[in-house]
Amino acid sequence: MAIEAFPSLEESKRRSFLADLFIRLFKEKPLGTVGGIIVLVLLLVGVFAGLLAPYGYNDIFVGPRLSGPSPDHLLGTDQLGRDLLSRIIYGARISLVVGLSVSAIAVALSTLIGITSGYFGGKLDMVIQRFVDAWLSIPPLFLILTLIAVAGPGMLQVILVLGILFGIGQSRIVRGAVMGIRANTYLEAATAIGSKTGRILWKHVLPNVMAPIIVLFTITMGAAVLAEATISFLGFGIPPPTPSWGGMLSEAGRRYMLMAPQMALWPGLFLAIVVYGINMLGDAFRDLLDPRLRGGLGRYDRMMKKIHSTAGNQGEEAMDAQLTTKDVNRKGGNSIKGGDVR
Amino acid sequence: MRAYIIRRLLLLIPVLLLVTIIIFCAVRFIPGDVIEMMAAEVGEAENPEAAIALIKHELGLDVPIYVQYWRWLGGVFRGDLGESLWTGRSITEELGAKLPVSIELGILAIITGLLIALPIGIFSALRQDTFGDYVGRTVAILCISVPAFWLATLIIVYPSVWFGWTPAMEYAPFFSSPLSNLAQFLIPAILMGMVMSGTTMRMTRTMMLEVLRQDYIRTAWSKGLKEGVIVSRHALKNALIPVITIVGLQIPILVGGAVIIETIFGLPGIGRYFVEALFRRDYPVISSVNLIVAGVVMLCNLAVDIVYAYLDPRVQYK
Repeated sequence: MAIEAFPSLEESKRRSFLADLFIRLFKEKPLGTVGGIIVLVLLLVGVFAGLLAPYGYNDIFVGPRLSGPSPDHLLGTDQLGRDLLSRIIYGARISLVVGLSVSAIAVALSTLIGITSGYFGGKLDMVIQRFVDAWLSIPPLFLILTLIAVAGPGMLQVILVLGILFGIGQSRIVRGAVMGIRANTYLEAATAIGSKTGRILWKHVLPNVMAPIIVLFTITMGAAVLAEATISFLGFGIPPPTPSWGGMLSEAGRRYMLMAPQMALWPGLFLAIVVYGINMLGDAFRDLLDPRLRGGLGRYDRMMKKIHSTAGNQGEEAMDAQLTTKDVNRKGGNSIKGGDVR
Repeated sequence: MRAYIIRRLLLLIPVLLLVTIIIFCAVRFIPGDVIEMMAAEVGEAENPEAAIALIKHELGLDVPIYVQYWRWLGGVFRGDLGESLWTGRSITEELGAKLPVSIELGILAIITGLLIALPIGIFSALRQDTFGDYVGRTVAILCISVPAFWLATLIIVYPSVWFGWTPAMEYAPFFSSPLSNLAQFLIPAILMGMVMSGTTMRMTRTMMLEVLRQDYIRTAWSKGLKEGVIVSRHALKNALIPVITIVGLQIPILVGGAVIIETIFGLPGIGRYFVEALFRRDYPVISSVNLIVAGVVMLCNLAVDIVYAYLDPRVQYK
């Protein structure tokens, strides 16, 4: 009975985990907060695109063709006389949907593979890892384009392909985290009192690898937004007239860009800002959640002050260093990919 | 060391086999409607059934799947990657002509990437938490976040609008006109190098910071050595070793970048060949390029590990 009481206590603590994370983000990470605000704006613009956009994304000839900025069309118009601002606002929705759903699929998949491979180990792990090795040997953009060429263009296809690609690639990080906690006594204790494997994985393993999973989610989101834009730019992603930011820079508009350079400027600028924001947020989460910076020194914020006053911003460096050590230790030479496909 | 290299090469074989299976399966899962579309593109509309059968035959889809794989793998081992469905030319020869362009671009990109990354990374570490450091770190994150294809587009559009200048789009081979070749590769290489430099810069900074905190560096300071000497003679040597790993790990990203940059700047490398094959649904070319690129990446990874062991005697491979 007493043992059953623990999970609920643990849960009540974890409920405030995310809130706690955001409070610390706001207090300790100014650049991360900026990133968070960018992501929040993307979220709001994406959700309320219909209310914010002055015109529909495919309303043609709402203004003169290829015109520069004007009070009616703040960012100008394209070759079909469509309002660029409206298209960019709807483009935010595309990026948001792609980013969130790809991250969700990828994180679910990499958690599943990573926990299976890392917790059970042995031959299963060996087989899974050789497959992941092979998967990581093919440069991501090549693999994405090949799979898209087979699956056909379209938003759903893009989301599935990117989700599976990032999911398999990043399972390594979850696997590493699981292997790191595998030897802990609390897992042994749980086994000893007869907990079923499923329960151990769900109640004990998963909560303890939550930090890298949250970091993965953010990193994947940035990579996914960029990857979608890249493949749409190359003409294999989300087909027109859907206003993907990458697609807006691609072939269809290229012929007109010399006449209306704003068509080349704005979609890419907003894309860069959004990816920058997501990356900054991901960096900050990584710093805040790096378990090696926690514990032993009492309260986290006080410890951070101590660290900041002595050694400056260590989180980033610690994680980077950790990544290298892991890479070198594995000797396999395959990268732990952040999912960057450029 | 030799035993290690041999073992690593042997270990490459099962992974490479798995790679062939992944690529093979990916390309074999072409939905039926694509074949119908290809048949329509061939233009034998009066006899679609025969056209579909012909394409299936050309793709080798008319025999059981294990036979297809065996055939294809046999060809790969003989150095025969098949023929392009579109042009009928030998893929091995085409790749032989296009690979040097991509390799040149890759090497130039790594050089420019390091030229950007190392000085900023080192400076950032030496002046940690100063204004310059913040600028350097922001530049690094910008390099990671700003899409290369957008910058490339801007470089093509804006100078042309403002000054009437456009980058050369006609490919100049290195051996007939080395200068115009290098001039042509300059902008693409800088763009690709930039993509690579973000991560490298951060790694350089991190490793420099770690090394600069070590005892032997303090000793060097207390001996009264100048900063320049400490950095170049003592710190850099140890700090740069892991940076090599990071550069090696970015090769897949670099290869991916080549797809975009070659397409935009009209360089006839394997990236552009691949994109063209994708547009034409030239499946034998798609699988061959994937295979070659995966092989190159794996060999690069191995090379990085070996160089690492050579440079750092503390690392011992068994």
